[in-house]
Amino acid sequence: MQDVGRAIRPETRPPGTDGLRTDVLRTDVLRIEDLHLSFATHGQLTEVVKGISLRVPAGKTVALVGESGSGKTVISQAVMGLLPRNGVIEAGRILFADPAKAGAGVDIATLPRDGRAIRKLRGGRIGMIFQEPMSSLSPVHTIGNQIEEALQLHQRKPRREARRVTEHMLGLVGFRDPHRSYDQYPFELSGGLRQRAMLAMALICQPALLIADEPTTALDVTIQAQVLKLMKQLQAEMGMAILLITHDLGVVANMADEVVVVYRGQVMEAGTVDDVFRRPQHPYLKALLKASPDFDMKPGERLVALREVAPVLPQSLARREITANTPPLLSVRNLRKSYGAKNNRVVAVEDVSFDVARGQCLGLVGESGSGKTTVGHMLMRSRSADAGSVVFNDGTGPVDVLALGEAQLRAFRPRMQMIFQDPVSSLSPRMTVLDIIREPMIIQNRLSDTEQKRRAMELMECVGLDPRFLSRYPHSFSGGQRQRIGIARALALNPDLIICDEPVSALDVSVQAQVLNLLKDLQSSLGLTYFFISHNLAVVHYMAARIAVMARGRLVEIGPREAIFTRPAHPYTRTLLKAVPLPDLDRRLDFASCVPTGGASDPASWPEEFRPAAPGRLGLIDLGGGHCVLADAGCTARDLTAA
Amino acid sequence: MLLRYILRRILLMIPTLLVTSALIFTVMELPPSDYFETYVAEMAAQGEKADTSRIEFLRREYGFDKPIIERYFLWITGFVQGDFGYSFEYEMPVRDVVGERLALTVLVSVCTILMTWIVAFPIGIYSATHQYSWGDYGLTFLGLLGIAIPHFLLALIFMYFANVWFGLSIGGLMDPVYFNQPMSWEKAQSILAHLWIPVIIIGAGGTGTMVRAIRANLLDELQKQYYVTAKAKGLPPGKALRKYPLRMSLNFFVSHIGDVLPSIVSGSELTAVVLSLQTTGPLLLRALQSQDMYLAGSFLLFLSCLTVVGVLISDIALAFLDPRIRLQGGSTK
Repeated sequence: MQDVGRAIRPETRPPGTDGLRTDVLRTDVLRIEDLHLSFATHGQLTEVVKGISLRVPAGKTVALVGESGSGKTVISQAVMGLLPRNGVIEAGRILFADPAKAGAGVDIATLPRDGRAIRKLRGGRIGMIFQEPMSSLSPVHTIGNQIEEALQLHQRKPRREARRVTEHMLGLVGFRDPHRSYDQYPFELSGGLRQRAMLAMALICQPALLIADEPTTALDVTIQAQVLKLMKQLQAEMGMAILLITHDLGVVANMADEVVVVYRGQVMEAGTVDDVFRRPQHPYLKALLKASPDFDMKPGERLVALREVAPVLPQSLARREITANTPPLLSVRNLRKSYGAKNNRVVAVEDVSFDVARGQCLGLVGESGSGKTTVGHMLMRSRSADAGSVVFNDGTGPVDVLALGEAQLRAFRPRMQMIFQDPVSSLSPRMTVLDIIREPMIIQNRLSDTEQKRRAMELMECVGLDPRFLSRYPHSFSGGQRQRIGIARALALNPDLIICDEPVSALDVSVQAQVLNLLKDLQSSLGLTYFFISHNLAVVHYMAARIAVMARGRLVEIGPREAIFTRPAHPYTRTLLKAVPLPDLDRRLDFASCVPTGGASDPASWPEEFRPAAPGRLGLIDLGGGHCVLADAGCTARDLTAA
Repeated sequence: MLLRYILRRILLMIPTLLVTSALIFTVMELPPSDYFETYVAEMAAQGEKADTSRIEFLRREYGFDKPIIERYFLWITGFVQGDFGYSFEYEMPVRDVVGERLALTVLVSVCTILMTWIVAFPIGIYSATHQYSWGDYGLTFLGLLGIAIPHFLLALIFMYFANVWFGLSIGGLMDPVYFNQPMSWEKAQSILAHLWIPVIIIGAGGTGTMVRAIRANLLDELQKQYYVTAKAKGLPPGKALRKYPLRMSLNFFVSHIGDVLPSIVSGSELTAVVLSLQTTGPLLLRALQSQDMYLAGSFLLFLSCLTVVGVLISDIALAFLDPRIRLQGGSTK
């Protein structure tokens, strides 16, 4: 690992002399020096952090970047003294110097676990927020109670005073009515508000350091922009340093002053954000940058996966010829779905219409709760639609999917297959890979026993896996490999259309590129048609030729990729595009303008012509070239593009 | 909101209990013979003649000549008014038969339940927080023994060794001379001296089960992110444990209160028989064997009432304990 040593810039290397260190400590809140961490499993020590050094200067943001399993979360746990019971610090120091207190810092690595000294730091001088805002708050205590507790632990105050401070903090993190929110429970709040409550809890004692472990990964893109903006604002006001742990290079480019890239427990590269993005040295970092999709990619440009998979096409799956002038493979009209009791109906999907041309990939973008997954499920008939039609036409005549009877539906199923989001829970842990891939053929009574096995072997090769792994169980595969098994299963019946529901959201950037490339290769070589659901605009940009945008159950805009990304007409699409953090220093988020004050999908924040003034007044307006936008039926294309 | 929820639940209890009582009554009526026929047959087997005129009188008195529906309504209206019917076997009202036995049963059961909780909670918490330590293994093993050994067997073992080693006779809940005597200082002393053995024996299995349940529930909660959040705030470990994971694991515990209430009355029949405890358990067994239908039926219906009330209590307690149930109750349906 010689080149690793070279890649570390001198300013982050631990100083050799004591005199120097006290000097440095005055400006660095946190210094980790040559940290070695191990986990004891079955009496054996496995080293997960192998000599990491980094620093966090006072008032600055340092991003710790790496894929899952790189050890970045373990480092944050070590700083908080919250390592799992079997975690051991084998060597190295974690120096924390409180800027509020002069003098030498403390070495957290030597403090007794859960002792008084480390507890004073936790919450008091070092705050922490986590990825999942729902599970990191107790569901049975009010947020006021949980936030105030942190305050009372470190700065005892009379009850009334404490409540006042807590409410003030809630106001600071953007709660509109802090007095009322104090008594609310986490389940009454949206994900974004919960993460704000977490921020309030972490910051209420004015810590010198905030550790944010993937703080926005679970949030929608517009909410993410809001939370990132809030973190910057609070940093400017309170002057705390931030150790930002993330795998998202877009977030890094927008937030960090310095960056440390870790891979398998070692620092690959470290330096200022400028150095890291403009002059990446280490091959791993360069590869990571090339593997993340962004909006600059030309049509036809490929992502460079860290480990590329070349599909070997099975002979048994014939390529479909795509001829011009064929009717659309899938034609969806006025789809509608609502949930709930009679007096309390929630409309999940309303009046959604679109076509998917043969051999095309239609991307469907939307935030959580927009109804995009419900649409996917209705196409598959796993949920019933209240109204509307879904017509499938592979050239042999139209099939009304929603009207199929049980036996007909069963016979139709092979035409349409699905790839799921979660590669862990979508594969049965009790079946071998062979059984998993064969199952669709067994259900459909296709092929003989030996032919099924041969097909399974071909499919394994097709997704870049060794056919010898067929007898293994899913747990022995990584997330990306499992997702490829899921793809093989979807291909088993040789479908025309594959519905991909967030197929890469659970994967690391490096693996994501690999799976996306595989899907692209399969599409072009087999002539497949995709319906690609995702919340990630960059991924949809890479995959789809046509893109549809959903908000609050309605399709607000649909058009060719070019039009959507360069000439978005709907205010929601524009907000969405503006809120995406790109891994590009020259196009950082403009926090002042990118975040609407209300919710991005709230029609009240849209201009008049896009608001539903009266029921039934909204319609898709054609802007030319297949680009349509949902607006008041009285508007013309010119009105909308001028805005 | 909460008040309406409670009211609705109470109203819902009425049809539940009506259906239950009808079921119980039907089952009691199912055997082709009734108590009197069994009684006559038994007498005949012993070579004696039963008093037929008295039997005829009782039959009329209790409406055995009337249709089944009418008898059911007679029984159920009496039950509501506190008249549980007449025990033919003991030849006195059911209320008097159950009498002191019920009080004793409640005493034994309440002590058992309290002991179970007092012992199981600390052990469960220790086991969960010290998972896979020697202490955890040892205590889990003891708990398994408690579950695996049947109560009556444990009772026999206790009786044998108490007799062999200490020369004690530990049967019963008091010296037999005091039974059905008014309460006195000596009687209370005698009860206390006898009480601890059935409490330990009956409680052994429950404690083991409870320890395992607490351990499993708490282990789940200890993995949760909010516990890490609590520690990241700087809470001392003990306080963080009490306020968050322990509080959450109480949900399961509270929802079990419903099962506990009926067991207070029914107790462990077999153990009571082996130890010749003067509780209601043996009474119920005997009543079922001899088709003493009013005694058995009233008893079963009484147990059903307790079950329903117990479930209600635990639901209300859950609503108080968990805001998600309190505030979202209706909307998830």
